Amino acid sequence: MSDTLTLPTRRDEAFRYADLAALEPLWPLATQEIRVAAGEAGALALVLDGTNADARDLSIVLEDGASFDLRLLNAGSAYGRIAVSVTLGKAAKFHLGAAQIAGGDQTAEIVTQVTHAEPDALSTQIVRSVLAGHATGTYLGKVAVARGAIGTDGSQSIRAMLLDRTATANARPELEIYADDVKCAHGCAVGELDPQSLFYLAQRGLPPAQAKKLMLQAFIAEAFVGAADEETLTQAALDALEAIL
Amino acid sequence: MLKIENLSAIVADKPILKGLSLTINPGEIHAIMGPNGAGKSTLGYTLGGRPGYDVTGGSVSFAGEDLFALEPHERAAAGLFLGFQYPVEIPGVSFVQFLREAANAQRKVRGEAPLSGGEFLKLAKEKAGLLRMEMDMLKRPVNVGFSGGEKKRAEMVQMGILDPKLAILDETDSGLDIDALRICGEGINAIMRKPDKAVLLITHYQRLLDYVKPDFVHVLAGGRIVRTGGPELALELEEQGYEAVAA
Repeated sequence: MSDTLTLPTRRDEAFRYADLAALEPLWPLATQEIRVAAGEAGALALVLDGTNADARDLSIVLEDGASFDLRLLNAGSAYGRIAVSVTLGKAAKFHLGAAQIAGGDQTAEIVTQVTHAEPDALSTQIVRSVLAGHATGTYLGKVAVARGAIGTDGSQSIRAMLLDRTATANARPELEIYADDVKCAHGCAVGELDPQSLFYLAQRGLPPAQAKKLMLQAFIAEAFVGAADEETLTQAALDALEAIL
Repeated sequence: MLKIENLSAIVADKPILKGLSLTINPGEIHAIMGPNGAGKSTLGYTLGGRPGYDVTGGSVSFAGEDLFALEPHERAAAGLFLGFQYPVEIPGVSFVQFLREAANAQRKVRGEAPLSGGEFLKLAKEKAGLLRMEMDMLKRPVNVGFSGGEKKRAEMVQMGILDPKLAILDETDSGLDIDALRICGEGINAIMRKPDKAVLLITHYQRLLDYVKPDFVHVLAGGRIVRTGGPELALELEEQGYEAVAA
């Protein structure tokens, strides 16, 4: 973060898979600062589904006992990037549920840095990507546990589904732990739709795109379970999905 | 209804069907029996259009159409139903949603009006009742957590809802206990034993044929039909084994 005015290069880890040409006209990015006072709860749903390239930078600070529910839908634009930096105070709670849906030559990326600065905080991240055509979907996520942040519970569940062999998924969950007695879990999987299941659905009369949508609906829904506007987000994601099938 | 002429098919470069011919007319029930590896399931999958099952020769017409010119979902809409030996589990998708979408996708191809939610549920309830299946089961994800017997009964419920012209049932009797076998057999009769419908039963054993009486029994061996007879052929096979009868 030495110079926020200079466009990053691919040597910068957080921009390794970025579409720098698309990023350039948007640079420098204004950081959206969010602070949740002790014991308070906050929530934000951010949907990037416009046609223009878009990049967002969020910085969230949770004071002791605060909680925040962040939902992201990254779909539609040629380049969509959402970077989130979160710092959790004592016993704070942070949840991220995100879906990335990209086709064609789109690049979608979510970059998170979650810092457990104090003990007993909880962070959960669920990211689901569906990628078609020559699209690239990236998740780079670091969970940092500071010295003394005992009782930390951090989890990352990252899954990507490739609809075409020409699409690319990058997933890099990362842990940096300087405390004992912490619980950090990450799961990461990149897969394809099961051809047997697709044939089964087709044999009952579902055209291929409808069969795929049906199979992916549950996969995507995991990102928005429990959100205040769960239905709206899920519907927006399904619309985005239909556009790439 | 179905006319298979000299059909050859390969799976993973291996020839499995080698010049199979079979004609099924409306109102008929045919059974295909044969040893393991004879090509029975391959026949079902090839007719259904499963990827990886490649036709290398011959032709199949179904209800007057060239079957192989149709995509799998178009074959379904044309009235072909394939009952799977191993029905697939699909987590996160309920039977009710899946079947309503499937039924309406078929109706759309045929130019029929879609079923409303209420109409669909009424139909599903009636067909589930035929197979003694609780409606609650159909609210669960497709086949997830179902026992082998429940999966096969669910296949028959789907057949009832989708109301096909021709049902190809691949070892519907495997994995069924005695009661479930009878329920499935009665379900097949209730749904498919009609003058304008036909059934091709693929089975290893005589026992399903006690409930669903076939008009014709064929022995499939080495990728072709080596013998055809009436119901008595199944009994003969049961007594003497495939080797003696197919030789």
